[in-house]
Amino acid sequence: MIAELGHFALILALVVAVVQGTVPLIGAQTRSAAWIAVARPAANAQFAFVAIAFAALTYSFVVSDFSVLAVAKNSHTLKPLMYKITGVWGNHEGSLLLWILILTLFGAAVAWFGTNLPPGLRARVLAVQSLIGVGFLSFILWTSNPFERVLEVPFEGNGLNPLLQDPGLAFHPPFLYLGYVGFSMAFSFAVAALIEGRVDPAWARWVRPWTLAAWTFLTIGIVLGSWWAYYELGWGGFWFWDPVENASFMPWLAGTALLHSAVVVERRDTLKSWTILLAILTFSLSLLGTFIVRSGILTSVHAFATDPERGYFILGFLVLVIGGSLILYAVRAPLLKSGGLFAPVSREGALVLNNLLLATATATVLLGTLYPLMLDLFTGKKVSVGGPFFEATFFPIMAPLLAAAVFGPMLPWKRGDLMGAFQRLRVAFFVSAGIALAVWAFVSGSSWLSTLGIALGAWLVAGSFASLAERIKLLRAPLTDSLSRAINMPRAAWGMTLAHTGLGIFLLGGTIMLTWQTESIQVMRPGETVTVAGYELTFQGVGNIPGPNYMAERALFSVSRNGEPFTNLLPEKRAYVSSSMATTEAGIKATWAGDLYAVIGDADGKGGWATRFFFKPFVHWMWIGASVMVLGGVVSLTDRRHRVGAPAQRRKTAIGPGQAPAPQMAGE
Amino acid sequence: MQALVRLWTGAIVALMMGFSVAAHAQVVTEIIDPPLEDPVLEARAQAVHKLIRCLVCQNQSIHDSNAGLARDLRIIVRDRIAAGDTNDQAIQYLVDRYGDWVLLKPPLKASTIVLWLGPFLILLLAGWFAWAYFRAAPSQVAKAVPLTEEEQRRLAELLDPEA
Amino acid sequence: MRPMAYMPPVMFAIVAVALALGLLIVKPKEIPSALIGQPVPEFDLPSVVGTPHGFSNADLIGNVSIVNVFASWCLPCRAEHPLWVEVGEGGLVPVYGLNYKDSQENASKWLADFGDPYTSIGADLNGRVGVDFGVYGVPETFVIDGQGFIQLKFIGPIDRFALENEILPMVQELQALMVAEGAE
Repeated sequence: MIAELGHFALILALVVAVVQGTVPLIGAQTRSAAWIAVARPAANAQFAFVAIAFAALTYSFVVSDFSVLAVAKNSHTLKPLMYKITGVWGNHEGSLLLWILILTLFGAAVAWFGTNLPPGLRARVLAVQSLIGVGFLSFILWTSNPFERVLEVPFEGNGLNPLLQDPGLAFHPPFLYLGYVGFSMAFSFAVAALIEGRVDPAWARWVRPWTLAAWTFLTIGIVLGSWWAYYELGWGGFWFWDPVENASFMPWLAGTALLHSAVVVERRDTLKSWTILLAILTFSLSLLGTFIVRSGILTSVHAFATDPERGYFILGFLVLVIGGSLILYAVRAPLLKSGGLFAPVSREGALVLNNLLLATATATVLLGTLYPLMLDLFTGKKVSVGGPFFEATFFPIMAPLLAAAVFGPMLPWKRGDLMGAFQRLRVAFFVSAGIALAVWAFVSGSSWLSTLGIALGAWLVAGSFASLAERIKLLRAPLTDSLSRAINMPRAAWGMTLAHTGLGIFLLGGTIMLTWQTESIQVMRPGETVTVAGYELTFQGVGNIPGPNYMAERALFSVSRNGEPFTNLLPEKRAYVSSSMATTEAGIKATWAGDLYAVIGDADGKGGWATRFFFKPFVHWMWIGASVMVLGGVVSLTDRRHRVGAPAQRRKTAIGPGQAPAPQMAGE
Repeated sequence: MQALVRLWTGAIVALMMGFSVAAHAQVVTEIIDPPLEDPVLEARAQAVHKLIRCLVCQNQSIHDSNAGLARDLRIIVRDRIAAGDTNDQAIQYLVDRYGDWVLLKPPLKASTIVLWLGPFLILLLAGWFAWAYFRAAPSQVAKAVPLTEEEQRRLAELLDPEA
Repeated sequence: MRPMAYMPPVMFAIVAVALALGLLIVKPKEIPSALIGQPVPEFDLPSVVGTPHGFSNADLIGNVSIVNVFASWCLPCRAEHPLWVEVGEGGLVPVYGLNYKDSQENASKWLADFGDPYTSIGADLNGRVGVDFGVYGVPETFVIDGQGFIQLKFIGPIDRFALENEILPMVQELQALMVAEGAE
C-alpha cells in the first residue's frame, strides 16, 4: 500500500513538473503575472510529492518489505537500521529517486529563498529546473521504478554489498548528489538568462550562492569518498582516476571555474558569454557522469547494474538537455554584450587564467576518461588509461594555477602591476621557498616533485595569509584598526582566504604522505615482531568475532615504541552473511605525525598470516585541508551580499542642493 | 614394544603430514609472494608492479591488489627480473601476452598520440581563445584621455553651480 | 551569428554519437587477445588424475582444435560444460582441456560428475601456462588452427548462440582451409 502511494506520488510529481515546465515559461514570455505565479506553488508541490515517494521507499526498506523488488534485491533483515536507510540510495532505482529529490529540493529552495529575484527570471529558472525533472521522472517511471512489486515475496532479501555498510560510504552519495545536482541550479539560471536574452551583474550575484552551495556539497562528497577508500580498501589509496571518480571530479573542476568567473561577471560585467557556457557545461558534466555510471559503457567499481535500455534513455535525455541548451547558447550568445575592459595583468586577467587552466584540466580528465571508448570505436584497439596518465598531465596543468592563485587576490581590478603584487608577496615567497628548500636539504627521500609540492602548498598558505594581512593592513596600522577591518571584511573574502589556505594544507599533506610513506609486506606467525617507522608491531594472533551480519577474523597487533607499549591495532577480515564478498577493515592508529595502518590478509595454512603495514605521515593534513576548504565555502555562503539581491525601490525624489540621495543598496 | 608404538605413531604422523603436504602441494599458490632476496632487484620488481594493471580488479595495480591473478603476475615479474630482464623487458613479457591493456600508463604509440598530445593541444587552444579575446578588446584600456576645455568648463560648472 | 559559438554543440554532437555507438558496440569488460595469429605457447603439462595422458603444444599441431580453460571451482564453467560434452560427442573437433589452478582431486571428481569431453587435459597447477595464453579469468576458449596458431579467443562461458555463430563456424572455416591447403 505504501509503495503504491509512493508510486502514485511520483506520477503526480511528473504531472506537476510538466505544468511547471511550461506554464511559467509561457507566462514569462507573455508577461502574464498569473501564469508566472504558478511557478512557486508548483515547485513546492513537486518537492512535496517526490518527498512522499522517497519517504515511502525508505519506509519499505526500514520495515524490510520484500514484496518491493528494490528492497528484495538490496536489503536484508539483519542489516543494522542505519544501513537499511542508507541502502535506499545504494542501488540504481533508489539513487535516482534521491537524485530527483535533490533536484526538486533545490527548485523548492529557490521558491522559498529566491524572493529577491525578479519574478520573470524566477519563473523561467523554475521552469527549466522542472523540465530537467520531467526527464528524470519519466526515466524513473518508465525504466527504473523503485516501487515495482515482486509477485513471489522472498523470505529474505539479497542483502547489500558489504562495502556499502560503512558510515563514510553510506553518506557519500547524498553529498555528491547535493553537489552535482545542485549545479542544475546554475544551469537553470544560465538557460533562463539566455531565454531572457540578458545577463547582468545582478544575475551573477543571484547565481553565486546556489553554485557555492553545490560546490561545497560536492567537495564534501568527493572527500568523503576518498576518505572512505583510504581507510577501507586496505592499502590507503584515496584516488584512483576511476571513470566514475572522474565523473564527479569534472563537475567539481568546472564548478570551481564557474565560481571564479561568476565573480568577474558580478564585479566587472564581463566574461558573460563564457560564464553562461560554463554553467551549462558544469551541469552537463554532471549529467554525463550519471550516464557513465548507469549505462555500462565504461567499467568501474562504482557502476550500478547496467541495462542498455536505460543507457539509451539517459543518452537521449542528455542529447535533449545538453544539445538543446548548447544550441540555445549558440543562438543567443551574441546578445550578451560585454561590459568592462581589462588589461591582461589584472584581477580579471588572473581569473581568466584560472578559468583557462581549470577548463584545460577538465578537458584533460574528460579526454583520459573517454579515450578508451573512442579508440575502441574508431580502431577496435583497447588501451587502458590509468593513474599514470592523469598524473603526468593533470598536475603540470594545475601547478601554474596554484602558483597564480596567490597573485589573483593581490591584483587590483582592471589593471594591475605584477611586480608590485610580488613585492607584497615577498615574505610569503621566501617563507615557502625556505620551507621547501629546507625539507629538500635535510629530509632524505626528497625529489624535485615533492619539493615542488611542498613549495606550492606552503605558497598557497603563506600567500593567502599575506593577502589577508594586506587587506587588514596588518603591521601597517594600529592593531585595533586591523582587527576592525578583519571583522568588517566581507565574508566572501574570508571564504576565499580559507578555501585557498585549505587547498594549500591539502596539497602539503598529500605531497608529504605520498613521498614519505613506508610500507612493509610479510608473512607473520603469532609472536613475531616487525618494525615500521620506529614502531614495533607484534602479532598476537587471530580470533573469530561475530558481527550483526558478518563473521570477522580479527587480528591483534600490540604496538610499542622504543619498548614502551603504545597501542593495539585490530584489523579484520569480514565475511558477510548474504554476500560472497569479503571486506577488510584496516587497523588504524592516528598519531600527530601520521597514521599507523595495519592490514591482515590470508592465512597460509602453515600457521602464518599475510600482513601489511604502512606508516602514512601527515595524512590528516589532507582531510583537514579539505575541511578548511569546505569551511571557506560555508563562510562565503553566509555573506550578507548573497541575501541582498535586486536593489530595493528608491524613492524618486529630485536631488536638490544639500540633500543627500537615498541610500544605495549596500554592496561593494 | 615401546619402540614399535613409537614407530607406528611416527608412521601415522608421517603419513598424515605427507597427506597434508601433498594436499597443499596440489594448489601451488602462495598467499604472499615472497620478495626477491636482492633488495635492488626487489625494488625494481616493485616499481614494475606499480605500472601493471590488475586485469580482474578495477583500476588497481598488481602491487596493490589481493587478487590471485595479481599475485601470479607479481611472481612472474620477479622471475623475469631475477632472470636478468630489464624493467622494460619484464613489462614487454606481459604486454606480449595481454596486450597494451595491461599497462596502467598508456604507451606512446600512433594509437595514443592524440591522448598524450591532447592536453597540451587543449591548453594551446584555450590560450589562443583567451589571447584572441584580448586582441578583440581595444587596447586602450583605462588610458586616461584628457578632458577638452569645453568639458573642463562644464565639469567645473557641475561641481560648483554657485560659482 | 558567431560561428565560434557553434563549436560547443558541434563537439557535443560528436561525443554523443560516440557514446551512442559505444552503447551499441563496446563490451568494456572484455580484453581482446594479444595472441591472435600467434603460435600457441610452448608447454607440456601432466594429466589430471584419472585421465590417460597429459597435454602439450605438440598435440595442437596437425588438426584444428579447441582449447577450453576450466576449473572445478568455477561456476560459469559448470554452466557451459554440457555444451562442451555435446561438442566432444559430436566429434567435429577435438576439445582439449586446460585445468587452471585447480586441485587434481577436485578436477577429476568434477569431470566424473559432469562428463569428460576432452581429448586430453593438462593440469596447470600454478596458472603459468594460462598466463602464456593470456588467460585472465575462467572459462575461456581458444580455437587453434592446423598449424598451431591461435585464431580465436572467446571470453566467458559459451552459450549455444556463441557456439553456433562464432566458435563452430571458425572451426569449420579453418578446417576447410586445411583441406584446401592439403590439396595443393
